Amino acid sequence: MAFLQTHHLTAFYGDFQALYGIDFILDEGETIAIVGANGAGKSTFLASLTGRRLVEPKMIVFDEKPIGGLRPAEILSRGIALVPEGRQLFPSLSVEENLLVGNYGRKVRGPWNLSRVYSLFPILKERKHQASTSLSGGQQQMVALGRALMSNPRLLLCDEISLGLAPAVIKDIYVALDEIRGEGSSVVIVEQNISQALDAADRLYCLLEGRVTLTGKPSELSMDRIRSAYFGG
Amino acid sequence: MQILEVIIQGILLGGLYALFATGLSLIFGIMRLVNLAHGDFMIVGAFAVLVGVNALALPILLAAILAGCFMFILGYVLQYLLLNRTLGRDILPPLLVTFGLSIILQNGMLETFSADTQRLNMGAIQEQSIQLFGGLAIGVVPLLTFISAVLVIMFLNWLFYQTETGRAFRATSDNPEIAQLMGIDNNRIFALAMALAMVVVTIAGLYLGARATFDPLIGPGRLVFAFEAVIIGGLGSFWGTLAGGVILGLAQTVGAQINPEWQILFGHIVFLIVLVVRPRGLFPRVAG
Repeated sequence: MAFLQTHHLTAFYGDFQALYGIDFILDEGETIAIVGANGAGKSTFLASLTGRRLVEPKMIVFDEKPIGGLRPAEILSRGIALVPEGRQLFPSLSVEENLLVGNYGRKVRGPWNLSRVYSLFPILKERKHQASTSLSGGQQQMVALGRALMSNPRLLLCDEISLGLAPAVIKDIYVALDEIRGEGSSVVIVEQNISQALDAADRLYCLLEGRVTLTGKPSELSMDRIRSAYFGG
Repeated sequence: MQILEVIIQGILLGGLYALFATGLSLIFGIMRLVNLAHGDFMIVGAFAVLVGVNALALPILLAAILAGCFMFILGYVLQYLLLNRTLGRDILPPLLVTFGLSIILQNGMLETFSADTQRLNMGAIQEQSIQLFGGLAIGVVPLLTFISAVLVIMFLNWLFYQTETGRAFRATSDNPEIAQLMGIDNNRIFALAMALAMVVVTIAGLYLGARATFDPLIGPGRLVFAFEAVIIGGLGSFWGTLAGGVILGLAQTVGAQINPEWQILFGHIVFLIVLVVRPRGLFPRVAG
């Protein structure tokens, strides 16, 4: 039985259909990359997984239980945490407070706590009392990652974590992601940066206009096939 | 010496206005809800204390504590069951619903308590004053009002900046959708905020009733002072709200010295000046 599975997942924004029956499988411990152009449905897919789009319960099965359409807080407590696109830190909270909000009202046992996040990202410890808005983009991304880790997720969803960052910073973030995977989390990364996604992932899904157009292991996929699945045609 | 007395009285009156305004500021800050029934809830709070004193023959302090508990529950239930449903991108539904609530509350109180003016009796301290140097005297009740306002604001600042609940309040205020992704239940956070605001409003009602008479219909008039104090002080800062209350209190007291009919007018004029010169208030905290 897969760790996370979606069955013909459909999602709408009003009358606009954003996902047309996505079938997706993730095994425990796997890292999966989802690539696709703007508007392919990647963010809608993550929104559905985190309870922000109304979907049928059985469309999403996590750890053998249907979770489609549950409230976001309930899904988080089942062990799925999101690093949202654009980082979305809380501007009136300090760095440390942003991290602490990540395990609001929950005391889940696991590898991640404040000191573990600070050892992953030492710079954040130095800046812990600063406003999150005063950090660089890369440091803000570290806070967003750390905030999601504080809930000790079994599945970590990362939405466009390299967007707008310098290449050296992206490398740091992905090195950290390796360490996170080492602690046992399964990971889904949504990326526009295909080569970055291919490097990090065990398997790849390509979305186009709300449908899966390609799936497979990075080593088995040629750049040409990915390109045509990405752009269509 | 008379100027000094006017200033002290103005500052102490500002404490009362800060109590009016703090609940309003709390609610708007967290959920962007403008509660047009806020003034009426203050009168409900005053009547709740009155019922405790008259019908249950309780000492006023105990009556006030019970009234605070009653208002806490009322606020929680009201927000959870009714007002949460009005929140969203559109700011009109909460305005309409709280406006309707204001009318319901006024008429409900008229039916229950009649239009008679009422007063809360603080007992021995009601008319007492403390003699300062040079014949200067300050009333005990106004002083207690001001001290209560400072204590309420200190408590709220502690709650907001030192506790997990406070972090959840601020996170929800910043970005409710992302806060939900962190496992924060917005509906409960909003209900708790309204419950707290109702306790503050009960304290305000207690001192309002002790300083002057009240009747079921004076809520909207007090709401105006609360709005003015919040906006003068700047949104999002409780100490700013206290400062706004004090400025409004000073303006009114000084105005009344010049001509008793000008008390309210002077408050409004100072409010308008602040609005023109610093539209975001004197100590704004909320960005953008």
